[in-house]
Order: sequence, then C-alpha cells, then structure tokens
Amino acid sequence: MMNAATKPVLLAALLGLAACAQPAPPVAPPVVDPYASTGGGAVFQGDLAGGVLGAEATAQYFRGTIGDTVLFPADQTTLTPEARVILARQAAWLSRHAGFTAVVQGHAEETGTREYNLALGARRASAVQEYLVAQGVAPGRIRTLSFGKERPAATCSDEGCYAQNRRAVTVVTEAAPAPVAAIAAAPAAVGGVTGAGL
Amino acid sequence: MFRRMILAPAAVLAVALSAALLPSGPLMAQDAPLRIEITDGVIEPMSIAIPAFHGDAEIAARVRQVVADDLTGTGLFREIPAEAHPARAASFAEAVSYDDWRAVNAQGLVSAEVRQMGENISVRFRLFDVISGQPQGDGMQFDARASDWRRAAHKIADQIYARLTGEQPYFDSRVAFVQETGPKNARIKRIGVMDYDGANILWMTDSSSLVLAPKFSRDGRRLLFTSYDSGFPQIQIMDVATVSARPLTTEQNAMAFAPTFSPDGRWVAYSREQGGNTDIWLMDVSTGAQRALTNSPAIDTSPGFSPDGQRIVFESDRSGTPQLYIMGLNGGEPTRISFGEGRYGTPAWSPKGDLIAFTKQIGDRFHIGTMRTDGSSERMLTESFLDEGPTWAPNGRVVMFTRATPGGNGLPRLHSVDITGRNMRPMNLDFAASDPSWGPLMP
Repeated sequence: MMNAATKPVLLAALLGLAACAQPAPPVAPPVVDPYASTGGGAVFQGDLAGGVLGAEATAQYFRGTIGDTVLFPADQTTLTPEARVILARQAAWLSRHAGFTAVVQGHAEETGTREYNLALGARRASAVQEYLVAQGVAPGRIRTLSFGKERPAATCSDEGCYAQNRRAVTVVTEAAPAPVAAIAAAPAAVGGVTGAGL
Repeated sequence: MFRRMILAPAAVLAVALSAALLPSGPLMAQDAPLRIEITDGVIEPMSIAIPAFHGDAEIAARVRQVVADDLTGTGLFREIPAEAHPARAASFAEAVSYDDWRAVNAQGLVSAEVRQMGENISVRFRLFDVISGQPQGDGMQFDARASDWRRAAHKIADQIYARLTGEQPYFDSRVAFVQETGPKNARIKRIGVMDYDGANILWMTDSSSLVLAPKFSRDGRRLLFTSYDSGFPQIQIMDVATVSARPLTTEQNAMAFAPTFSPDGRWVAYSREQGGNTDIWLMDVSTGAQRALTNSPAIDTSPGFSPDGQRIVFESDRSGTPQLYIMGLNGGEPTRISFGEGRYGTPAWSPKGDLIAFTKQIGDRFHIGTMRTDGSSERMLTESFLDEGPTWAPNGRVVMFTRATPGGNGLPRLHSVDITGRNMRPMNLDFAASDPSWGPLMP
C-alpha cells in the first residue's frame, strides 16, 4: 500500500528523472506519517509524550501538521474519504486540546451566484462540523460560517483553482484565558477526551 | 403652457422626499405624435437635436451634457452633432424654425434655458416634434439648489424619455453597490450609493468588514445588506440619510443573508441558515418577529417580492439543481417556474410586475435573462464568463448587473442592458464594483 506521505516523494523522484537525463537527486528517506490511514478511519500512531506537546498545542501545528482544510468535488457537500481522514485527525487533535475552539469556514468556487454559494459553503462547513461532533468533539466547541466565493484560496479561473476553493477550513483558537488551575491541569487532558465542559 | 416643478431641496442624501412636486407634470403629452417604442424591432434610434442651452453658459453646458448623456445612453436616441445644427435661436423664447431642423433630419428638438441665482438654479425646457412641427407636451420649469444641478438635468431627460417612449422614466434615481478593491483572495468591500449614471458617489460603510449585496427599500430611504462585522454573516439595516446602521439579525449559530424589503418596507425576507440548511424567513422590521416561509432540506435563497407584496420569487435546489420558484406569503407549496437547461438564481421581480430577471448558468457560461412570471417567454439578454445579480430600473425597462472577468486579476464591473438585450454597456466607474441595487425614481 502506498502511504499518502511517500507518494509525493516518489512523484518528485519520477519527475526529476523525466525532466532530464541528469542523475536522479538523492531520494529523501520516506516520511512516516504518524496519522497513517488504516482503512476506514485514522489512528494516531505517533508519540504524544515529551516535547512534542508544547509545539502541538498551537493553531500553527493544527494548520501545518494536522491539516486544516478538506476539499469537495464540484457542487458537492458530502465528505470524501480523503476528507474523512483529515477530519479524523482534526477531531483527535481537538479532543487532545480541549482548550481550543474551532470555527469551520465553508467556501465555494467562483462559478455560481454569490448567495447560492454562501448557502453551499454553509452546507460544507456543517458537514465538517457534524463529522467532528460524531468523532466526539463537543458541539459547543465548533461554530460554522460560510464565505461563499468571497475568499478563494487560489485565484485562477480554471478547475485547478476551483478544486482548491471548494473547501472547508477549520480554524482553531485557544479559548479565553483559563483559570490558573485549569492551565495547571491541562497536560493531564492530553491524549484523552477529557476536555468536555470547556 | 408652462409647468413648474421644484426639486426637493436636497440635503445631500435626500432620496425620496415626497413633498417635492409642485405640481406634478404630465409624463407624456396627450396626443404624443413623436414616439419611439422599446421593442425588439427598433434598430434605428430617434434623432434628436439638443442645441446649447440658453442662460448662464457654464452651468447650462453642464446640464445639457447630462441630458444628452441620459438620452443617448439608452440607445434609443441619436444626438445630431452640433456642427450640423442650423443657426442657434437667439433666446429660449424665440419661435422654432422647424424647416431648419427638418433639413438636418432632426425628429425631436430640445430647447432649454438654465439660470443660476446664487445657490439656486432654474431650468426651463421645451420638447418639439420637428416632423409635425409642434411642441410635444408642456414646457416645464425645474427649480433646484445649484448643487442638485445633475438632478435637474435628469428630471428634464426623464420628461423627454417619458414623452418619447410612453414609458415611465428612470434617470433621476440612485443605485447602491459594493466597491471592490484589493487582491482577489482578500477582497476589501464597501457599500456606496451613486446616481444611476455613476455620479455623486457616497460611501455608506467603511472597509473594516466584509459587506455583501445591499438592497434599497422601495422608498430609497433604507438599505439592507449582509455584513461580517460580527465575524459571522448577519443582516444590517441602514438609514440612508444618516448613514447609520444597526444589526437586524443577531442569532448565534444562524447565518443570515440575502435580505430584501417588501414593497411597503414593513417586512424583510432573507435566507437563514442553521445546521447547513438554508430556508427563507420573513421578519417584521419593527418588532423583529419572524417565521419560516420555507421548510425544506434544500438551499432556499435570493428571495424577491412581487410589486404587490403578496408573493415571493426565490431560488431553490430542491429539485436537485437551483431553479426558480414562486410562493405566497401564507404558506402553500411553491410553484416552480424555471424549466430550461442550466441553473437559475438571483430572481428579481420587475417593478412593472410582468417579468422576472435572473442569473442563469449553462455549462461554464453565465447569462442574465428574463421570463414571464409563469416561466414562459424566457430570453437571454447577456452572456459572459460570469454575469449575475440583475436589478431593475424603476421603470422595468433596464436591468443592471455584475459582470466579472476571469483569472487572478479578474474584476467585477457593473453593466446595464435593456430588456430587449440591446444596448449593453458598462457603467462609467473607475473602480471595480458588484451587487447593484437600483433604487426608486426620486420625486
């Protein structure tokens, strides 16, 4: 089975070979994705202990490592298998970091009227919210909104960009400063789903 | 005979001061001998002469130019160039030499005089049917503040348009719109109000939050729009004269957008989204009381009232693709009216009541179209990469809409087209703009 993370590496290697007759660039060691898909869902297989924690509990980590964006096929609002893998990671992260709340922003490509696309984006955001809640994230921690076609991720006017714009982006924010006691207790919540009530 | 009319002493923002008219002039003469019909058949515009206005030369020239631009901008009239004119009459009072004007093939002749007295101007005009050699309708006098000189010019052009087409006029009207600046992925938007021809722009919001789709009330005194001011899309209502807005919807966990006024201004229909489902709701503006008008798992949006306020046309994808439906205000199953190929959206009911304008997407092309209220007689007026959001001129003969160009540097521009599909033209604005909402003819 080809791991999602190794695929780009292989692809890059192939492209490098195809581009010219130069010796192939050294192939980087395969990246082990700690969230590798195991079929229906995703199981976190990485190390939750030690120094990782500090870096992990940031919006930046969520964006860059967990993955904040899921994509949708044209005119669709149901989640693809790829989207479910990312959302399972998001749910796991949100469960580990109960001090964060999330706003799911739904978007649509520019073809379509402004108002229909607002509603379409809302459907996408809601689909993500429902999935995260089904994975155990407290509903009260997630809000949704739609930007319709107002905030494209890519600005060209062809399918390559449209595919990037049909999306839902989960934006996490650390909740308002918690009482000192809560902060002290926070590490204990990591790895479990003990964040309820926040 | 002369009729005199006093323009509302316009506070800059006065849109619809009803006290204005003394007396109300006839919109058309009784036996209008000279007439151009706005029909598909018209190809040749009517030729009219608008020689230099008499009176105070500087203001007279400016007023004349606006009158000429209004009329020729419709595509229905062709102005005879000044070089071809016979010798100018010595005064506004001098008798018209019809033969001289016939010799240059003028069908209509406009004669006017503009006088400025301090902060006020007085404009008198007459319209002549050159072919039959007689005045067409009464002469009229408009008194206005000098700062309202463009309105006085629009009023004259409105009189001429109405007398020569038999239609209600629309030049003395305003349009709300959204100005767009900044890159495509971080667009900055603010709402403005301008004269129908792009002059006298007034800014209604600053650029601090995303705003969408302003809608005028029928009296032109209020605007509805969608704002992300709270971080989430909610509807605000604005008093135009004081430029003061307040939130109309504030529900947490319910997006509100696509607002529109009922003709009497008492109700607002809008889209309310909760849990991913968007329905159309009706709110009493004064009490905030509201109820759902649709209750389907489909996307129901872009409501628009019929001119009598009894029905609403809207867009729904309950059949699988976005289509147009009409419903009464008291429940009952909506009636689908669009059955053609493609996806339909943003329906707008003509103020005349006869037509519904809409956006239609077929494949990767967009059109502005019209159909009768039973869905028959569908016709496309435009085609481009992206046309959307038609709004009707107060006389129901012209629509304005947004046309966007493709690509990373693509920009939206306002365009107008008449209901025969001819005379498509971009609005004369030096910035990108979208979401026009055409206000009423001012009194």
